[in-house]
Amino acid sequence: MKKKVLGAVAAAAVATLALSACGSGGASSADSAKGEISYWLWDSNQLPAYQQCADDFHKTNPDITVKITQTGWDDYWGKITNGMASGTAPDVFTDHLSKYPDFIKTKQLVALDDAVSNDKVDLTQYNAGLADLWVGQDGKRYGLPKDWDTVGLFYNKKMAADAGLSPEQMAALTWNPQDGGSYEKAIAHLTVDKNGKRGDEPGFDKNNVAVYGLGLPGSDAENAGQTQWSFLSATTGWSATDKNPWGSHFNYDDKRVQDTIAWWASLAQKGYMPKLETTVGANAPDAFGAGKAAINANGDWMIGQYKGYKGIDLGIAPTPTGVDGKSASMFNGLADSIWAGTKKKDASIKWVEYLGSSACQDVVAAKAVVFPAIKSSTDKAAAAFKAKGIDVTAFTQHVKDKSTFLLPITDNAAKVAGIMKPAMDAVIAGKAPASSLSAANDQVNALFSK
Amino acid sequence: MTTLTKHPDPELSASGKPGNSRKSRKPHKRGKPAAGFRGIGDLKIALLFIAPAMVGFLLFYLVPTIRGIYLSFTEYSILGDPEWIGVKNYQQIVKDPLFWNALGVTSEYVVINIVLQTLLALGLAILMHRVAKSTLIRGALLLPYLMANVIAALLWFWMLDYQIGIVNQFIEWFGLPRVAFFGSEEWAIPTQALINTWRHMGYTALLIFAGLQAIPHTVYEAASIDGSKAFSTFWRITLPLLRPVLVLVLVVTVIGSFQVFDTVAVTTQGGPVNATRVLQYYIYQRAFNEQDFGYGSALAVILFLILAIVAFIQMKFLRGNQSDLD
Repeated sequence: MKKKVLGAVAAAAVATLALSACGSGGASSADSAKGEISYWLWDSNQLPAYQQCADDFHKTNPDITVKITQTGWDDYWGKITNGMASGTAPDVFTDHLSKYPDFIKTKQLVALDDAVSNDKVDLTQYNAGLADLWVGQDGKRYGLPKDWDTVGLFYNKKMAADAGLSPEQMAALTWNPQDGGSYEKAIAHLTVDKNGKRGDEPGFDKNNVAVYGLGLPGSDAENAGQTQWSFLSATTGWSATDKNPWGSHFNYDDKRVQDTIAWWASLAQKGYMPKLETTVGANAPDAFGAGKAAINANGDWMIGQYKGYKGIDLGIAPTPTGVDGKSASMFNGLADSIWAGTKKKDASIKWVEYLGSSACQDVVAAKAVVFPAIKSSTDKAAAAFKAKGIDVTAFTQHVKDKSTFLLPITDNAAKVAGIMKPAMDAVIAGKAPASSLSAANDQVNALFSK
Repeated sequence: MTTLTKHPDPELSASGKPGNSRKSRKPHKRGKPAAGFRGIGDLKIALLFIAPAMVGFLLFYLVPTIRGIYLSFTEYSILGDPEWIGVKNYQQIVKDPLFWNALGVTSEYVVINIVLQTLLALGLAILMHRVAKSTLIRGALLLPYLMANVIAALLWFWMLDYQIGIVNQFIEWFGLPRVAFFGSEEWAIPTQALINTWRHMGYTALLIFAGLQAIPHTVYEAASIDGSKAFSTFWRITLPLLRPVLVLVLVVTVIGSFQVFDTVAVTTQGGPVNATRVLQYYIYQRAFNEQDFGYGSALAVILFLILAIVAFIQMKFLRGNQSDLD
């Protein structure tokens, strides 16, 4: 029975990989369950944790060795795609929600449904919703969740205290797209010019700013505003696509998101946030670390880096309460997927199941770098962060309160990013009005009408 | 380099005989009767010597070019098979505002880069020829060229950084406002054109310098006997006699600068907005980022045609294959 399935999968893999002339000559099940399998990830911070998992895994499965390769995000996806085309992609790799739809479309991933039912993987052990993210439009499952992330406000506690803002006040900011609420008031007050005048004081020189209230890493359009503005626009009732996952119509022509972006861009014109042109080549977290910005909105995977800046007393506040009276955050999760061209399918399945089990996720939790997908491991990670002196409630609360919304999962993600980034950059740079996003939106939607 | 020195040599030896045209000279040099025999005998040896270059040319130029032309008529995401769609890619390109933007941005880059680079290189070459005879100084001019493009780009990326760049520090000391060299739409292309001018002018100067050395002293002596002043000697003797070399330099540098990619890729990546989305970068973006290899190939074919036309026009109208020494 199992052999039959395998043969079919191997045949399908060979059929789809038109380019791999070298071809995988149909894996026999005996070889498929042992030997060396390759595993790729992009985050170097997580490498030690997963190396530990791989070593533990090898101890309980002596005939399987996992070889881990870490490649930076910028090169990671190109290498994976080229590897798939040439037949040299890793057996197992860390997968991203914005990338896996294209892999499904080109039949590059192994469906895990049989494995999950045969090996009785408990999908309810994961934080709610995470496992379902990896079910494709065809109803099949292509990944087991490994971690999740939300967004919060990293701020400089000393600057806040000097400005008379207590941690309680920072944790209770409000926002609306008209005047920016107390979020903008805090940003303005935390902005200081070269003469020591604050952003909300008369005589503030917006062209000579020493400390910006809010840092700016870019327009973030390529990630649908994940860490910069999505937590605001979501409170207006707006969502990026008609449905999620698997939407086929984008809504950047909506007044609610355009008002949000217009407000955000206005911060740069007012001098509360760096101008986009001055941030090319700059690194927003490093500017925060150098004391040139008081607040940075960013994801929880950055905790380690922000905490690492010497001489900065780091505070973490939840995202501001928005129009609907709630604090919101985009919710994103990674998973491990198996490449359809693998010759070690059985061993790969074992490894993916191990990565998705509490045995590995507790190891990751103990290193306090990210939040594992399994609920009990998430709690352990929160405890590990606490032991390091970091209160991560701002991130975990979103999951507890279910105040999250998903990263838009659609086809054509790279093309959408290619259109939206320049369009959004032009708005943030003050070169185009927010209403110009409607034209970009038409271009994006044209991708789906083909 | 060989092509540069080869040209003037035979011309020089023949220049003594005024009536000799190209056509009549050739049979003289190669023995007439044995030509057929020797030709075939040489062919085998010639093929043997050409083979390594030929294999490289076939494998890495001809085959990919033909495949690229084929792919430009397909829709192809690298995973899966190319799907024939006729000229649809080309029809879309004509309507693609980003293509026209890329063409404009690339042209701006080429004009700034070529004008500055050629003028500076010509100046440097004359200095090398007349003044700086020391090998050390001549070698020093070539130093930027020894640096990899990416390194040069990153070096300037940091030196010109808005916040921490040393150049902006100097600008501020002079009481001027900081300049967002890479961040502002107005500056991004000129900045990158200047970086590549800086890197390439030494090399270009070396090529022109070689051309200067090939101009025989006798013509200068004749000019000075006739009482020609420095400027008119340069204008009427040096420049016309340098023309074949200048044309070659222009063709090579224009083609090279149309293909600007690495500087953009490591610094602005097409931004701000679309200010540096040059053709090569746009091709890369469509093909490798957006998995649209058919469309990318079509763009590449268009770039290929543009370059072929530009090179042809340059050769044709500047008469790059003829020398005035005849």
